[in-house]
Order: sequence, then C-alpha cells, then structure tokens
Amino acid sequence: MVPTSYYVGLSAVLFVIGALGVLVRRNPLVIFMSIEIMLNAANLAFVAFGQRHGSIDGQALVFFVLCVAAAEVAVGLAIIVAIFRLRRRLSVDELSLMRG
Amino acid sequence: MTAGQLAFWILAVMAVASAAGVVLRRNPIHSALFLVVHLVTLAAFFLKMRAEFLAAAQVIVYAGAIAVLFVFAIMVLIPGKEETGPDPLRALRLLAVPVAGLLLVLLAMMLRSALFAGPAPAAAVPGGVAAIGRALFTDYLFPFEVTSVLLLVALVGVMALAKRRVA
Repeated sequence: MVPTSYYVGLSAVLFVIGALGVLVRRNPLVIFMSIEIMLNAANLAFVAFGQRHGSIDGQALVFFVLCVAAAEVAVGLAIIVAIFRLRRRLSVDELSLMRG
Repeated sequence: MTAGQLAFWILAVMAVASAAGVVLRRNPIHSALFLVVHLVTLAAFFLKMRAEFLAAAQVIVYAGAIAVLFVFAIMVLIPGKEETGPDPLRALRLLAVPVAGLLLVLLAMMLRSALFAGPAPAAAVPGGVAAIGRALFTDYLFPFEVTSVLLLVALVGVMALAKRRVA
C-alpha cells in the first residue's frame, strides 16, 4: 500500500506546476488550464487525507470542488470570448484596465 | 515493490509529465490534449484510492465536459499568434521560476512537519455511490442544494455574457 505522504507530496508538486503555469503563460486559456491542474492537485490531497482518516468527508468535498470548477470554467471561458470579441487579441498583459 | 506501488509511480510520472506538457507547450490545443491526459491520470489515482464515484465523475465532468469546452473555446478564438512575439515582461516571468521553487520548498516543509505523525491509516473507506450519496444527502445536504443554485447562476451568467449585443 502506498503511504498517504506520497500522494500528498505528488499533490504539492502538481500544485506548484500549476502555479508556475499561471505565472509564466500569457494565453488566458492556458492559464485556465493551469488553474484546473491546481484544483486537481487539491482534490488529490483531499481524497488522500480522507483515506487516511477513514472518512468520506474528503470525497464529498471533492464533489463540491468539481461543481465549482465546472461553473468557473464556463463563466471564465465566456468572459474570455467576450474580451476577444471586444479586443481581437488574447494576452493577459494587455488587460490592465478595469473598464474597457 | 508491490504492484500497487509500481502503479503509483507510473501514474505519478504520467501526471507530472502531462502537467508539465500543459504548461510548456506553446500551442494551446496541445495544452488542452495534455490536460485531458492529466485529468484521466487523476481519475486513475481516485480509482486506486477506492473512490470509484469520484473517478467516474472526474472522467465525465472534467475529461468530458470541461475538456470539450476548452477545445471549443480554442477553436472559436483561433489563437496561436499571441505568444510568438517578443515577451515585454520576460524578466518578470523568469522571476516566476524561483518563486515557484520557493512555494515547493515551503509546501514540503509544511508537510514534513507533523502532519503524518499520527496513527497508522484507518481501514479503507468505501467510495461507492452508496457511501458518498449518504454523505451528500445527510451531512452535506445544504451545500449540495447551494451547488444547484451555483450551477444555475453560472448557466444564466454565461448566457448573458455570450449574448451578442445588438447595437
């Protein structure tokens, strides 16, 4: 049996990779994908800790994270498409104004 | 090394490599395909930890719906030119690598401290639909209902955002 610490360590590594993606990429779509990687790393840690403590609560929390991620991606992609219609360009560095 | 450990290491290498692929590939469609691999690998991890319901939900919601949404958005936006020009903030972006390294060190220190000093792991929890359904409809009934409102709000919000404004 694989110890819980391995799973949590892997989750930390994946979280850092996702954070790096958010920091270095310019394309908002890829930034979104990196956020998904970070959410999934947190899910992995949730399930691993739930397993360790013999409780189902970790898995219930992952279910809610899944729902929030689905809503977040839908709204985020709609915003990106709206910005693209307005600007015809797609780079987060140019989006520094709060109003159009 | 047992079969379980071997499976863990193979899956771990796949998960890290596909996550790195998402971050490093320049073409966003390649990133999206690497993301699908990553999400399926995570589903395999859930299966390995006896969370069968979550594994199925992960494949359906993430690898199904969310990945399709990403690919669809990429096709609508037709990007591919936005990250080829010279980077005006190159120095700042290079700074991100030591920052991420620092984050990893901090996480490792935190995890090494006292988190795993407790008793040995309990017996495996059943992760089937019955167990998680009982939890969702008893202890987590209110958050579960709030989730439905959240999804409805997201649905209406996306339609309001995507509507073409008639000038």
